[in-house]
Amino acid sequence: MSRIIFAIMLMLFSVGVAHAVLPSEMLTNPVQEARARAISSNLRCLVCQNQTIDDSSADLARDLRLIVRERIVAGDSDAQVMEYVVARYGNYVLLKPPFQMDTALLWLLPFAALILALAVTYATLRGRVVTDDADEPNDILKGD
Amino acid sequence: MKLRPATILPLALFAVMGGVLVIGLNHDPHVMPSTLLGAPLPAFDLPALDEAQPKIKSASMKGGFTLLNVWGSWCVSCRYEHPLLMSLSKDKRFKLVGIDWRDTKAHADDYLLTNGNPYAAIGTDQGGRTVIDLGVSGAPETFVVDNAGTVRLRVPGPLTPEIWAKDVEPLLKDQGPAS
Amino acid sequence: MIAEIGHFALLLALITSLIQSTLPLVGAQRQDRSLMGVASFAAMTSFVLVAIAFAALATSFMMDDFSVRLVADNSQTAKPLIYKFTGVWANHEGSMLLWVFILVIFAGLIAAFGTNIPQALKARVLAVQGMIASAFLAFVIFTSNPFIRLSPAPAEGSGMNPLLQDPGLAIHPPCLYMGYVGFSVAFSFAVAALIEGKVDAAWARWVRPWVLLAWSFLTLGITLGSFWAYYILGWGGWWFWDPVENVSLMPWLLGTALLHSALVVERRHALVGWTILLSILTFSLSLIGTFVVRSGVLSSVHSFATDPARGLFILVIIFGATGGALLLYALRIPAVRKGVPFAIVSREAGLMLNNVFLVVCAATVFFGTFWPLFIDMIGRDKISVGVPYYNLTFVPLFAPIFIIMVAGPFLKWKRDDLKPALAQLFWPAWIAVAVGLVVAVATFGNHVFTALGIALSTWIILGSVWVLIKRARIFSVSFDQSLSLLAATPRAYYGLVMGHMGLGLVLLSITCISTWQQENILSMKPGSRTTIGPYEITLQSIAQVPGPNYVAEQGSFGIGTGGAIFRVMTAERRFYPLQRQTTNQTAIRTNLISNTYIALGDPDGQGGWTVRLYYHPMAPWLWLGGCLMALAGFVSLTDRRLRVGVAQKKLVPAKAAVAGAAS
Repeated sequence: MSRIIFAIMLMLFSVGVAHAVLPSEMLTNPVQEARARAISSNLRCLVCQNQTIDDSSADLARDLRLIVRERIVAGDSDAQVMEYVVARYGNYVLLKPPFQMDTALLWLLPFAALILALAVTYATLRGRVVTDDADEPNDILKGD
Repeated sequence: MKLRPATILPLALFAVMGGVLVIGLNHDPHVMPSTLLGAPLPAFDLPALDEAQPKIKSASMKGGFTLLNVWGSWCVSCRYEHPLLMSLSKDKRFKLVGIDWRDTKAHADDYLLTNGNPYAAIGTDQGGRTVIDLGVSGAPETFVVDNAGTVRLRVPGPLTPEIWAKDVEPLLKDQGPAS
Repeated sequence: MIAEIGHFALLLALITSLIQSTLPLVGAQRQDRSLMGVASFAAMTSFVLVAIAFAALATSFMMDDFSVRLVADNSQTAKPLIYKFTGVWANHEGSMLLWVFILVIFAGLIAAFGTNIPQALKARVLAVQGMIASAFLAFVIFTSNPFIRLSPAPAEGSGMNPLLQDPGLAIHPPCLYMGYVGFSVAFSFAVAALIEGKVDAAWARWVRPWVLLAWSFLTLGITLGSFWAYYILGWGGWWFWDPVENVSLMPWLLGTALLHSALVVERRHALVGWTILLSILTFSLSLIGTFVVRSGVLSSVHSFATDPARGLFILVIIFGATGGALLLYALRIPAVRKGVPFAIVSREAGLMLNNVFLVVCAATVFFGTFWPLFIDMIGRDKISVGVPYYNLTFVPLFAPIFIIMVAGPFLKWKRDDLKPALAQLFWPAWIAVAVGLVVAVATFGNHVFTALGIALSTWIILGSVWVLIKRARIFSVSFDQSLSLLAATPRAYYGLVMGHMGLGLVLLSITCISTWQQENILSMKPGSRTTIGPYEITLQSIAQVPGPNYVAEQGSFGIGTGGAIFRVMTAERRFYPLQRQTTNQTAIRTNLISNTYIALGDPDGQGGWTVRLYYHPMAPWLWLGGCLMALAGFVSLTDRRLRVGVAQKKLVPAKAAVAGAAS
């Protein structure tokens, strides 16, 4: 019974996870801590390749985690905190590439590719003439 | 054999991608650009490793070239560049200043006693803040700062004679004969 | 001596591969039976020779022959024997030898078991395989020779990265390579068909089993890799969009498209151009993956020691293989690809749409992986692409596939009406919607994407089972009749159902983990207690435990509820003195509905230890789903019709049938 209640509680109040954050680093204000986690999830740990600063146990990652929290407590907005880190390390530190001139294509290409492919597919199939043989029964459903 | 645009497209795209990969071979993904190049040295004010010495201030790094070297006793690659630093300590064209990153005084003193002390002054950054202000991601890292306090070059990783000759020397010659 | 035998065997294999690449092509051109016969003989000889080389390297590792430089760099006497063996491929040179070994195994299998394949086609296929083998044998011999000697031989080796000393490593790379390299067969068949100037249903029939085999192994390899990362890295992650992970996902996506596309060529003689192109591209992405991991072009936690010279060699191979194949495609496919038309609503169209989405998804992963390189190269900036990018692009682009894949089997070939076809899926559709609504309401509208994900997985799982329900005419006929209908169902359809269900389970798991995972990170002393998920965890003790080449700190955690403990979980941190590295052996306890995950961290200097606890609901189904998909592939392979190449009841007009029979 407690398991069911627990499961329901779980569903109602789920928390994000970060994997190397130490208890001593976490801010006491949960709203600020949540902001810190959200910002950190977009910051790359520079010495570990492909982990966020929250996921890495490296010293540099920890220092950056502390700085993020310091800036939040000091009153910076989310954008200002990000700007603080980017000013020192460049756009490379962002895991989500910013939408700017040289990354616009990166963001748009996948969707452009899909639209183009669908358009070509539709155009190709629309003009098809299917000879009027008798319909085949569905081989998967009805048996060979 | 007729050629239609749709069937050439894969080949054309592949050719472009191939070109990218070929050029990519010669580039090192680990080198990160510095946001500081051409900018003034970020302000800092660090206690000296030896408490008796005056503090190490960024403001005082003007009026002559400074070589700012970030190191730590725990850093293996630092030992690799140390002999070069020892020989550079005699060069009068610049001042070699060290920043000891995340180290204890005992360990740092030990390291300098064993390997020699090439630095004209050493600041200590326990909290890592100054080092982050400099955009450092690993030790050792060296910055070349000119007369006006502007960062001219960043060398991530150990200094080698090749890097010295190719990248640093030309900058030093800028400042004219040794003062 | 053994190493020299191995080295010599490799040189001989290069020679036989070169012969295999050339003579049979000439023979096929001239219809010269004896020249064509050289192909099988050369393929089997190459196989034996590379097997000898591999055995030689394995023996050197297992006997601690430190006079072989590779063994000295990557092994040590204290390592357990099984890891000495698996250590053969835990380094660049050894893994390339494994790559080549699997390549010649496949060629040998074609030579030995491809008795149905017309001789000219077989000769050409083996010739192309031989070209690939020659290229990689040359690569191994000239840039990555595993048999280089060290003189004087050290008394002890430098060990191996402790992260790799793990049972997961025993299976993950070989599985992955069986996948990557297995797609070379489809590539060879495609190129051979282009050379021959003919693609027909018979061609597809011979190719499909090899594609299934490669795909199943690749699925298994990726699943194992994800699980391995999960339990070894200590923070419960299972996919990181790391470049090396991405280069295994791209061939998987295209390979899935290929699998389905080849089906259409076989049954309907349509999507020929797609299938040939996918055959070429899937293997090309395997090659690019190999390039990326070993050349230093992209940095990743996974990379082998990087060397631009090696990278250049592989790049040349890629230019030759992919460039050559695509050129051949551009020149020959217009004549070859004449297919049977189908309506815009039909199973062929559904599968074509499937192809489109999978290719676009693969392209998205490709952009994300290589864009930073491109931008850096043109000197603009240094950016990086991580999880957030893929969440915003890959996820929405893949989502439609979840809907299409269920409807596809319910469409008829050639021409169908959408409404009656979809009406068959009335119940799965509305049950899925209902489940989604229930979840949305139960979570007070906070987790809309979760509701969507769960609804979609319900749709997939139910819709897949629905195929069997329809086939067995359950509810329409008696139970016994249904059973016999099920028994008469060819295994390939069970494969379909299992495969699709597997993906549904993966989606369900990902949705649940992402929404409801819990973490608890704190400092614990022996005797202290905390909670994670529905459980109470008590740290009972920390012990120092020595191992063969490491020293471990072992934490014993009691897990229970209501004050009672029903199991003790053991988590370790191992310190390897030779490499001065630490690894995590996390404790995972599963009840198949969820995982409870405990990782032991550093001592906090005050008598306690940092402990990381996680609760991952539905996590086991992530990998069980993946394994189910792989199993589905293997089950399909056992379908008699597939292996023996028995002619399908012709669904194509007579003309194509004649063409197929005449080959």
